[in-house]
Amino acid sequence: MDISRLEKLSESAWRLSPRDGMRAPAIIYAAETLVSEMDDKVLEQIANVAKLPGVARAAYAMPDAHWGYGFPIGGVAAFDADEGGVVSAGGVGFDVSCGVRTHLTGLTPDQIHAVQDDLAAALYEHIPVGLGAEGELRLDDQEMTAMLSGGARWAVERGFGREEDLLRIEERGRAVDADPAEVSEFARKRQRREMGTLGSGNHYLEVQEVVDIFDPVVAEGYGLKRGECVVTIHCGSRGLGHQIGTEFLREMAVSAPALGIALPDRELACAPIKSDLGRRYLGAMRSAINCALANREIIGHLTRQVFARFFQHGELPLMFDVSHNTCKVERHAVDGGTRDLYVHRKGATRAFGPGDERLPESLRAFGQPVLIGGSMGTGSFVLAGVTTSEERAFSSACHGAGRRMSRHAATRMWGGRQVVDDLRAQGIIVKSPSMRGVAEEAPGAYKDVGAVVDSAEASGLAKKVAFLRPMICVKG
Amino acid sequence: MSDPPAIPSPPAPSKRWEHFPHDADLGIRGFGATPAQAFEQGALALVAAITDPALVRGAETVEIEREAPSLDLLFLDWLNALIFEMAERRMIFGTFDIKIGKGRLTARAHGEAVSRDRHAPAVEPKGATFTELAVAEDSPGQWRAQCVVDV
Repeated sequence: MDISRLEKLSESAWRLSPRDGMRAPAIIYAAETLVSEMDDKVLEQIANVAKLPGVARAAYAMPDAHWGYGFPIGGVAAFDADEGGVVSAGGVGFDVSCGVRTHLTGLTPDQIHAVQDDLAAALYEHIPVGLGAEGELRLDDQEMTAMLSGGARWAVERGFGREEDLLRIEERGRAVDADPAEVSEFARKRQRREMGTLGSGNHYLEVQEVVDIFDPVVAEGYGLKRGECVVTIHCGSRGLGHQIGTEFLREMAVSAPALGIALPDRELACAPIKSDLGRRYLGAMRSAINCALANREIIGHLTRQVFARFFQHGELPLMFDVSHNTCKVERHAVDGGTRDLYVHRKGATRAFGPGDERLPESLRAFGQPVLIGGSMGTGSFVLAGVTTSEERAFSSACHGAGRRMSRHAATRMWGGRQVVDDLRAQGIIVKSPSMRGVAEEAPGAYKDVGAVVDSAEASGLAKKVAFLRPMICVKG
Repeated sequence: MSDPPAIPSPPAPSKRWEHFPHDADLGIRGFGATPAQAFEQGALALVAAITDPALVRGAETVEIEREAPSLDLLFLDWLNALIFEMAERRMIFGTFDIKIGKGRLTARAHGEAVSRDRHAPAVEPKGATFTELAVAEDSPGQWRAQCVVDV
């Protein structure tokens, strides 16, 4: 990215003043090296987001931002319905509510090492992964509707999880105001056999060791202990969310002129929040959030079943479950007052700071856990929301390392078998149905996750709590 | 901010599709003497994102019909129809017969059930996007159909 076009606000914040139809500035949070490495498209896209009607305060790019469609991945923007604000299918993405959850195990690395190969194989066999994989659940239309309305609570009520999990999931496991009637027959069909499936691409299940603690107080509050292991699951709303994204992206792009919206880019498909199309999308999108929350809850349940085979203590309490691709109505401080805004986070995480009443009571003193996904070999971070994040980016933070290399380039650099063997030599067992998929997801294809979280911390978006090193990775 | 993308040269006649890079996802591009041929090759590029199309046997046929007001939307709808059928039927396609006329596409996609062992699918396409979406006749009788697919 041509950094000369940006005004330097600090060592980790950069501003593009409004121009060429922008209704608000665009702000990028990242150290200079990360900004320089970002594709020019990130700046173009975040500037385009700032052109949309009703945008509040500024459009933001997180330290892991990269070129998406419409919004950059790692993009955050909030819209005011009373100011003609829009909701954007491109601003949420195809994998609605794709996110991460982390379970505590209380197990030591030695206990995992003793069964590492067998545990990896059992997880790979028990949890459906990759294209074509099916879950054991089959939902008829009535159960599908109940799931789309109930989210993780539906899963718990059907025996696929625990009541106490719900307190550790955003919105207590259920997006309110979901409208399953707005979920098409195509989307329902695509999901019928996909509950409890992990998916493919960058989705994964990892058994990880907590190797570093940066904030002992918050880590203790989260239940994280150095030298213990956790399980982290990264997946989303599967075919149902993908289909909702497909259908509404097209409808919004085609309908924009009739709705009086001049799209700066067709891929920024959106509709006024106060329109029939906007209302229908919100109902469907919230249903997809519930699908993702239910899906991760079921995978958590399947994981517990596998651990119970190997260990006496297979409870695996849930530390937290966060979503990355959402639009949520939240109250935020803007222009000296507070307003209810439709906050889009695409490849970004909500990051409420300590004391926020929207956090569960058990976490309120520490700030919201922010789970930063790694990439098989490079490790993951747990961060905590901080109070400054509200003013910086509507209480948002980054979501992962972010790709620095295309899939094509990655397969030219590495072979899947080589990646698997190299990781095994480092004590990390990878299980995947596709060696090419592993090559495309090679650790080197991602940015330096440490640099990304350092930028997030320096920007006042979140603070580092713990670093996790993978031991087992089930890759879709 | 960025230069408009250069019109790519078609690959050698034996391979009439290609992938182009995108940070997170994957660009697919098909070439042909007609829009239908470019759509067919674009579909092969989509399949090639998942597995080698040559590995796919044509054991089953699925019929697809779509209508759209423009060729680029028709290409988008064609790819999304394939993504839906592959997901819903747990299939993968390897060959296609396509006819296009007056904004209407009728096609037959030939394929088989996905096999983890034989196809080793690399990614699962989520949807075709408007990013880099274009269907154009770059020179007489030289059609190109392309877009980025979210994977």
